[in-house]
Amino acid sequence: MAVLLAIGTNKGLFLAHSDDRRQWELTGPHFVAGAEFPLTEVYALAIDTRPATPRLLAGFISSHFGPSVMTSDDLGKSWQEPERAPISFPADTGEKLARVWQLMPSPTEPEVVYAGVEPSALFRSTDGGLTYELVRGLWDHPHRPRWEPGGGGKAIHTVLPHPHDPQRLLVAMSTGGVYRSDDGGANWSASNAGIGAPFLPDEQPEYGHCIHKVARHPGRPEQCFAQVHPGVYRSDDDGRTWMSIAGGLPSDFGFPMVVHPHRPGVVFSFPLTADSHRFPPDARCRVYRSEDAGDSWDALSDGLPDEPFYGAVLRDAMCCDDADPAGVYFGTRSGEVYASPNEGDHWQQVAAHLPDVLCVRAAQIV
Amino acid sequence: MEVIVRVPGALRPDSGGEGRITVSFDAGSAPAPGEPGPVTLARVLDEVGARHPRLERRLRDERGDLRRYVNVFVDGEECRRLAGLATAVSDGAEVLVLPSVAGG
Repeated sequence: MAVLLAIGTNKGLFLAHSDDRRQWELTGPHFVAGAEFPLTEVYALAIDTRPATPRLLAGFISSHFGPSVMTSDDLGKSWQEPERAPISFPADTGEKLARVWQLMPSPTEPEVVYAGVEPSALFRSTDGGLTYELVRGLWDHPHRPRWEPGGGGKAIHTVLPHPHDPQRLLVAMSTGGVYRSDDGGANWSASNAGIGAPFLPDEQPEYGHCIHKVARHPGRPEQCFAQVHPGVYRSDDDGRTWMSIAGGLPSDFGFPMVVHPHRPGVVFSFPLTADSHRFPPDARCRVYRSEDAGDSWDALSDGLPDEPFYGAVLRDAMCCDDADPAGVYFGTRSGEVYASPNEGDHWQQVAAHLPDVLCVRAAQIV
Repeated sequence: MEVIVRVPGALRPDSGGEGRITVSFDAGSAPAPGEPGPVTLARVLDEVGARHPRLERRLRDERGDLRRYVNVFVDGEECRRLAGLATAVSDGAEVLVLPSVAGG
């Protein structure tokens, strides 16, 4: 099977192709659309597999010329960007787009793509991700003035459309917490019951949590997993209430949270020592996998570096592909990318010495 | 009156390949509401944006503010040392866009 692995870094996009997920051909840095901008951060990637030829979407920010979204319909050979800004805050908001953090095709509406951005806002595209409109229901939420920036900025970094019901959406932000809508984005409710916020005077507030990532399995959509600062949680009721599943992990801090594409209850994490060090525990490069929805975790390190390891994995820098058995991928802030063709049992290096890896996405291609 | 806008190489994919854009204003052209003079740098960029929207948004954000690492020189002086986007631009002026030195 042929797999495309897209790697967003803080200096452009790299692409890796493989026919067997063992031998990889790396190209790049790519970017973009004829304009070889210097210092182009690629913070958000999506491989939209709904069209016959997958569409690549990249949210980028040029340090000089600002943020935008580009798309490619030929697997990265060429990129397009509309004349008008794909994502732009309406004048009445008084805001400006700082960064696109998340691009998420809808699993139920063919041309719909959601974008989570900084400052915290949700945008929706109905033309396959070319242009977007602000989702006013969330922008007008009375909590919004109390959402604060985390270390990376005040951003919606997670958008999870329900796999079967287009009316149901979940977003997560840092800080602010988890919010859910049951009416297509018109109305939103904070949904953080059970998640701690030890950095606030009220340690169980309604909102204000520092969520790092939320994931859910399409085959068991009521079950969600959240990596929080600090904490690792599971919800069995569509994100309404949460319980800790951090007991089997060496640390409850980290950024990514990834679900297996086919097996509900299988989830991957890359813990970091909390709170001030933020290195892998014991300076060992290990992915943790649970096969029982977080009740227990196994450290996976076959093929990963044996020497002391100090790289971190950012919230979107770990992913699975859609193949069977599933491939698992992660990139580090120290510029390494690893792939496992067999669900994490064995790993090998795809790339090294890249710029900081900000995000990775992988999918089968024809 | 005419103003020449010079576009750096990195942005020419967004200007249709043009390195030099001539912007013309009618004699006695009325100022935009709230603007002090007949032609300002902001108006010049508005005209550039009408012709090349993508080029203009590389220079200014959606609030109309000049991006931090974009420098725009009006007849040799960086506009932030003048009146910023409200800088008056005279007939025959040269507006030079240059990316600043930044990054690592």
